[in-house]
Amino acid sequence: MTESLLVIDNLEVEYPVKGFRRKPFRALKGVSLDIKPGECVGLVGESGSGKTTLGRAVLGLAPVTGGSITFKGAEIGHLKRRARRALSEEIQVVFQDPYSSLNPSLTIEQSLTEPLRVTKVSSPDASRRVRMLLDQVGLPSNAADRLPREFSGGQRQRIAIARALALSPQLIVCDEPVSALDLSTQARVLDLFKDIQEATGVAYLFVSHDLAVVRHLSHRVAVMYHGEIVEYGEGDKVTSDPEHPYTQRLLLAAPVPDPIRQEQRRADRSRLIEAQKEIDLQASVH
Amino acid sequence: MTESALNLSPDPASEQRAVGSHLARRMLRNATGLASMIVLGLIVLAAILAPLLTQTDPALADVRSILQPSSAAHPLGTDSAGRDVLARLLHGTRYSIAGALLGTTVAAMIGVIGGLLAGYYQKGFESVSSWLVSAIMALPGIVVLLAARAVLGPSLWMAMAVFGVLLAPAFYRLTYTAVVNVRHELFVDAARVSGVGDLSIIGRHILSVVRAPIIIQFAFVMGIAIAIQAGLDFLGLGDQSVPTWGNMLNDAFARMYKSPVLIVWPSLAVALTSTALALFANALRDELERSGKTKKRRRLAGAAAAAPVLAGEEAVVHAELGEDTRADLLTVDSLVVGYDQPDGILKQVVNGVSLRVKRGEVHGLIGESGSGKTQTAWSILRLLPDGGRIVAGTVNFDGKDLAHLSDKEMQKVRGRRISYIPQEPMSNLDPSFTVGSQLAEPMRLALGISAAEAKKRALELLARVGIPNPERTYAAYPHEVSGGMAQRVLIAGAVSCEPDLVIADEPTTALDVTVQAEILDLLRGLQKELGVSILIVTHNFGVVADLCDRVSVMRSGLIVETGPARSIFADPRHPYTQDLFAAILEDGAARGQLDHSADRHTATQGVTP
Amino acid sequence: MIRFTIRRLVSGVILLFVISSVAFLLLNLGAGNVGRRILGPQGTADTVALKNEQLGLNEPVLTRYFEWLRGAVTGDFGASWFTNQPVDQAISSRLAVTLAIVIGATLVSGFLATVLGVWAARRRGWADKLVQVIAVLGFAIPGFLIAIFLVNVFALNLHWFKPTGYVQMGTSFTGWLSSVTLPIAALSIGAIAAIVQQVRGSVIDALRQDWVRTLRSRGLSENRIVFKHVLRNAGGPALSVLAVQFIGLLGGAVIVEQIFAIPGLGQISVSATAQGDLPLVMGLVLVMGAIVVIVNLLIDLIQGFLNPKARVS
Repeated sequence: MTESLLVIDNLEVEYPVKGFRRKPFRALKGVSLDIKPGECVGLVGESGSGKTTLGRAVLGLAPVTGGSITFKGAEIGHLKRRARRALSEEIQVVFQDPYSSLNPSLTIEQSLTEPLRVTKVSSPDASRRVRMLLDQVGLPSNAADRLPREFSGGQRQRIAIARALALSPQLIVCDEPVSALDLSTQARVLDLFKDIQEATGVAYLFVSHDLAVVRHLSHRVAVMYHGEIVEYGEGDKVTSDPEHPYTQRLLLAAPVPDPIRQEQRRADRSRLIEAQKEIDLQASVH
Repeated sequence: MTESALNLSPDPASEQRAVGSHLARRMLRNATGLASMIVLGLIVLAAILAPLLTQTDPALADVRSILQPSSAAHPLGTDSAGRDVLARLLHGTRYSIAGALLGTTVAAMIGVIGGLLAGYYQKGFESVSSWLVSAIMALPGIVVLLAARAVLGPSLWMAMAVFGVLLAPAFYRLTYTAVVNVRHELFVDAARVSGVGDLSIIGRHILSVVRAPIIIQFAFVMGIAIAIQAGLDFLGLGDQSVPTWGNMLNDAFARMYKSPVLIVWPSLAVALTSTALALFANALRDELERSGKTKKRRRLAGAAAAAPVLAGEEAVVHAELGEDTRADLLTVDSLVVGYDQPDGILKQVVNGVSLRVKRGEVHGLIGESGSGKTQTAWSILRLLPDGGRIVAGTVNFDGKDLAHLSDKEMQKVRGRRISYIPQEPMSNLDPSFTVGSQLAEPMRLALGISAAEAKKRALELLARVGIPNPERTYAAYPHEVSGGMAQRVLIAGAVSCEPDLVIADEPTTALDVTVQAEILDLLRGLQKELGVSILIVTHNFGVVADLCDRVSVMRSGLIVETGPARSIFADPRHPYTQDLFAAILEDGAARGQLDHSADRHTATQGVTP
Repeated sequence: MIRFTIRRLVSGVILLFVISSVAFLLLNLGAGNVGRRILGPQGTADTVALKNEQLGLNEPVLTRYFEWLRGAVTGDFGASWFTNQPVDQAISSRLAVTLAIVIGATLVSGFLATVLGVWAARRRGWADKLVQVIAVLGFAIPGFLIAIFLVNVFALNLHWFKPTGYVQMGTSFTGWLSSVTLPIAALSIGAIAAIVQQVRGSVIDALRQDWVRTLRSRGLSENRIVFKHVLRNAGGPALSVLAVQFIGLLGGAVIVEQIFAIPGLGQISVSATAQGDLPLVMGLVLVMGAIVVIVNLLIDLIQGFLNPKARVS
């Protein structure tokens, strides 16, 4: 077995709630997870499940109040800003919204060189690196001089991926990177993620609400519900034959693109919900 | 569009400047912008060249020549102390402009720096400065200026500096809101993850966004500063020893009966300067807003232009699976929808759509973003946004052509005959009224029933759409209910007046999967119960498979394939439909396990750049 | 609601306390020889010293401040140094005059701005352009210039109104109306300009909201949507501007009262500060501050009514 790249242990995140003596909001209630080098771990959940918060906690953008995040053996959950900056070469991000994740008034080159400038890469080197990155994500090198508004959603997402790759990180947190994209674009961007992983061996923490997307890309899948991980295991198993009642409901709730099989699934779903109700009822009686 | 943007910024490193010069160039082409800049330029020139333009000392009093009319020695005459009006006017420009500039600069410095810090760091900074700001805002400015004069004496510069402090909130609020907005943009998070420091982020990402609004505010505030400064002097509260426009007004007002023309010159100077400043700021704001608009439009255009419009291409029509005796309810024929652009060109978004919905049928209209599916839905309801209109074609609904109905008649069709379920549940309820009142109001008006009757029906409807506590939801405000509940409320609203056709625009897109399944169940149940036709707009094949009898696939404002759902799912014939099906991930193979490939990764890692 | 009101009132009182403290200390720093100013050049060194002694000016600033504060808390604001008239009397007789003008101008400008703003937002095109031009001009040209212009045209040339003077409402209502018409007009134009921009902007914003489309889809008439739903949603931001304008009008009244020779707070503010009449200035600062606090509180309460999200439990 390979040594884990990232280990999250019993992580808690609490957001302060406005108002005097209000109880803080617990977004994560003791979450444990690990990612190996070169692995893609999918994180599925519905809105409010805490999946995005977990991604942000790994990036140092969420207030960690308990537990630990260990990256290559070092604790990174409570780093100060300065120490955190050194990590930028190791952990990067691709966000969901391709429209607000690039500064509209900076050219693509300026956005892409930003991480390079921090690590004091000379500017001709940075320029060369930018063309190489654009090539890697399948964009022409003359894209460098243009503004984000000249690109479509899918192209912007490619640019965001290029920015994440700029420092050759070992882990990229992908926060719903394809959910704002059209069906056909989504498939191409997912393939790009796969190709890059196979070429560079980068690991992904891939956050999504879509079981099918996660299944397509992830080696292992974790399912989140109300700030907790309710199921974590091999991707194929979790996304086709889950054990936890919530995951079962989640799986059957997504309609299949086939009228005949969807009718079947609908029936399965209502049966499942009845059965789970029955169990809940029995549990409350006993 | 790509070309023009590229031409304007040939050198990528000068992009910041390029955006600025772009704006400057547009300001020169804007008539108001150009005129105001010329006037402001002349005023500044007059201020600089005052000693050259007139040789007369503005302070030189001559008791022998008071209140004289225009003459060769005094082109604009003399005032009550026999001083030359032209000389005072020109030199007054210097003091008035310099004073206003001082006040505005003080205000901008304090406000912008305070706003940047408070907005970026929030917490401690924010509460202190916002309290200070509301304290300053609570003071009637002129009273403070008067008090400051009592303390500091009548100095033009002192008064303007104090005034600057009083006006700092104008800049503070602007900067603060802008910073708070930008701070939550993902590109700021991305910069942080890239290890960029705070100062760098403020300078590079935040200042570049707030710069233009600050310039606009500067011009506005400077106009106010000129007015206030003139007002103070006019009241006789300023420094009488310097020639300012306000002092001239003060002198002229006292002699208004004797020599009314005296008041004209300083009034004109003040009015002209402040108007020019306000017009300049206005023009700049207009240009900025316009560039924002083109951005949005481009986004839309980019999506639609992705595939070329294949006009005249025939849609693939699948044969009926059995005999369908149901009558046609809605027949859309060769519908063309376009938006009038400011430059007079019509931008077409729907290029001749034909569509048929039978009574009691659920018809799916599926397509990717920019395909024109929502535009088609809106034009059936005649609810296109500003600038959009039906250019050609007919929308035949139960014997009436909706495309050519008067607004008044169309209003009668909406709600009662055709209703609508929107995409975003939370933004489609008026936040200021209770859920119940929004449900009851259309019923009262459309069905002519009493308020009590409407409430009773609304409660029944809420119960029917599966809301656990109808009474409570009826009295709740939209922000107090969840997205799923809000969508149930909107569905209740759509069926409340017993329509024949419901148009549902992506009704489950904004919802979680488990909620989506419940809403789909609800729609199916209601459809069966009421026998209503549904035209459902969606991008999700799963939703179509779940709900629809028939499907039409749209691309680039045209329908490429249409027919019974089972037939199309079993045998998609148009290449575009086939591509879409190929992109579907459901039922695809899983990625599998990592183990066997792990070694290869570590091996390749060294080779990659 | 009640707790919110109490909390706001308490913070208002604190604000007034802070403002008055700062004002008192500042005014004392620059006071100079008060006795000399009161008695003028005729006063001898002895009488000046005596006067300063009588006014308690030889005491340390802090002692005098607490003295003043103790009075103020019990409702005793002292008497003017120059006229010996009790401060509360001097202010209350003029407060009504100024409030009448300022409230009048607020109502006039609020109403006209709403009508114009809704019109511009709905019609767009030329109506919109026209309203925008009016707004820019009204905003740019200082109120006192407009006042001077109005006096020149309507009083001196057309003789429709008297150029100066004020008639008590009790004496003659029409006389009062005629005496406040020009001042209110002069004050309103700038306020209309500011409010109309906001009304126009928020009505356009509201009309673009998704729920407007949904309301239309339910068969509601356009007038009903605009006047019931849109206006209520646009009302919040417009009211905030109205509150700011009210404070501005309070300041603007100072100049306008001077031009029309109206015996209001503005006039007394100018003379009191010019003379350095500390008790009177302090009284004025307190009254103006209190008005601002009350107006802001009222606006917030109305905001809560208009916007359920902002409503405080």
